[in-house]
Amino acid sequence: MADVSFDRATRIYPGTEAPAVDALELEIPDGEFMVLVGPSGSGKTTALRMLAGLEEVDAGAVLIGGRDVTDLPAKERDVAMVFQNYALYPYLSVAANIGFPLKIAHVKKSERERRVREAAELLGLVDYLARKPGQLSGGQRQRVAMGRAIVREPSVFLMDEPLSNLDAKLRVQMRADIAALQDRLGTTTVYVTHDQAEAMTLGDRVAVMKDGRLQQCDEPRVLYERPVNTFVAGFIGSPAMNLCTLPCSNGAVSFGGSRIPVPAGNGEVVVGLRPESLELAGEGLPAEVQVVEELGADAYVFCASALGRLVARTEAKRAPARGERVALRPVAEEAHLFDAGGERVSGIDH
Amino acid sequence: MTRRRAERIALNTTGVLVFLVMIFPVYWMVSTAFKPGIDVQTFTPKWFPHPATLSNFTDAIHRPYFWQDVKNSVFVVCVVVALSAVLSFLAALALARFRFYGRKAFIVLIIAVQMVPLNALIIPLYIAFSNAPGGTQVNKLTGVVVAYLTFVLPFCIWTLRGFVMGIPQELEEAALVDGCSRFGAFVRILLPLVAPGLVATSIFAFIQAWNEYIIAYVFLSSPEKQTLTVWLANFTTNRGTAWGSLMAGATLTALPVVAFFVIVHRKIAFGLTAGGVKG
Ligand SMILES: Nc1ncnc2c1ncn2[C@@H]1O[C@H](COP(=O)(O)OP(=O)(O)O)[C@@H](O)[C@H]1O
Ligand SMILES: [Mg+2]
Repeated sequence: MADVSFDRATRIYPGTEAPAVDALELEIPDGEFMVLVGPSGSGKTTALRMLAGLEEVDAGAVLIGGRDVTDLPAKERDVAMVFQNYALYPYLSVAANIGFPLKIAHVKKSERERRVREAAELLGLVDYLARKPGQLSGGQRQRVAMGRAIVREPSVFLMDEPLSNLDAKLRVQMRADIAALQDRLGTTTVYVTHDQAEAMTLGDRVAVMKDGRLQQCDEPRVLYERPVNTFVAGFIGSPAMNLCTLPCSNGAVSFGGSRIPVPAGNGEVVVGLRPESLELAGEGLPAEVQVVEELGADAYVFCASALGRLVARTEAKRAPARGERVALRPVAEEAHLFDAGGERVSGIDH
Repeated sequence: MTRRRAERIALNTTGVLVFLVMIFPVYWMVSTAFKPGIDVQTFTPKWFPHPATLSNFTDAIHRPYFWQDVKNSVFVVCVVVALSAVLSFLAALALARFRFYGRKAFIVLIIAVQMVPLNALIIPLYIAFSNAPGGTQVNKLTGVVVAYLTFVLPFCIWTLRGFVMGIPQELEEAALVDGCSRFGAFVRILLPLVAPGLVATSIFAFIQAWNEYIIAYVFLSSPEKQTLTVWLANFTTNRGTAWGSLMAGATLTALPVVAFFVIVHRKIAFGLTAGGVKG
């Protein structure tokens, strides 16, 4: 077990201009479940591979347990990785796959069998130990890949979108299993995903990346409540936060007649309103209902308005019909404010 | 009769015809080997070796240098197959997995070399070998081995490179993270997966080295250093050709290739990578 830190770690792929990971600064304390999240191409996999020793670090450093591992080969870093496509050894049985790292480490056969069995019991794979990966379902393969990672008791787990090839139901179940497993083992884990819902449910803390740069790293709650910029605001939460650029005058902006106070400045501000901060009211911003998404007790109402497409949440009982004309009123004290550059305007807190 | 059935019959008939055309010379060789001398050349061809005799085989085996040349051929083939397997595996790894200056040029060169007709290479090779540092390589089995490698290797490297590229890189990366060295990952993870490719290229190398005639004929002048294909030519003298014995010798020469193929082709198990990665 160990803490991990990226110290301005940078990776520029040969033949490309822009860094795939740009001066990444991240401190992951011992035992934490850290999730890297971001859209496709934001550099999550690259960052993980730099930590694993599969990708060169062009500038900066990577530390595991306080030891600078920047120039160490993968095998000397004591990390275990679960790959997106599992990367199981196809001609080896499940037992041999799980035991492979132990075999390489010259662990005695009896000891090896005991530990493989333990891991298999933990993951519910005991009945499949003699099978080849080709004879397993996707979920079972995923478990074998997990087994191969945990059997070694490494200091850090790395997982690159381990659930993205599973169907939705299995994904939710495996998500819970991974969380329980990590909780039980207490091993520092770096988990990569493009799915913000997965990130929010799994992570002790979540690091949001975009274009190779870290945007914000904090607890899921904080990311949701205090996004540092419009990118994080729009990326975290589903449906996404409504973001409207509005002119500011006399220390306030007007949103469909409602006044939202702005602490400082003039010019334009970006007002961010979560769907739950936008109400259907008697009067407010006029809008036309385009789609209504019913989710049991609640419903999301997607509307077209003069400020663009907006989403509001309402009780399902009171949901309007498609094509209906409604009025939207913001809950002013719940509004997020960003400056024209997209950075959070400091000075307001809820 | 449906159209599909007619099509199938037509296709099968064509297949059988092609098979007959291909198998006939082989059949003729084997059957001639069993015919007594008087039956070998007749105006009305004798289709079956009846009465059959083994005298052609005894004659062939007791010709001078037979066993010596068998040894020579076995030596040449074993060394060529072993060297080509090792060298082409390593070269294929380099070409498929590493980026280095001149890689593209090297790949193009491999294809280009295979375009050059062998006959055009014989004289340059002969001159180069006779001036080889450390003494001439002409009239030496080692020289022939090197000459064979020059045209066996490009094909083997090219084929194996395809096999290696078809194996997901994550498998090796998983092995690296699991504690293997780079070379360890190649040997433990990649080698078993390219085994079918190695079998295919070894069969190719075996057939090439065993059956090659021109280079062996030009390079090896002393009878105790020749290979079996050159030895076969000794049946033709200026007093005529001993067809029966020649065919018996040719049959004997063909047997190892067939045996090697039968033993080894079972190992070509395709689809070995199934299930390793998603899908
Ligand atoms: N081997 C590579 N060579 C060149 N560019 C690459 C390579 N791998 C990834 N990239 C680029 O680096 C950026 C980050 O990629 P990646 O880390 O895979 O993103 P993510 O995992 O977040 O989707 C992308 O723009 C991608 O095109
Ligand atoms: Mg990725």
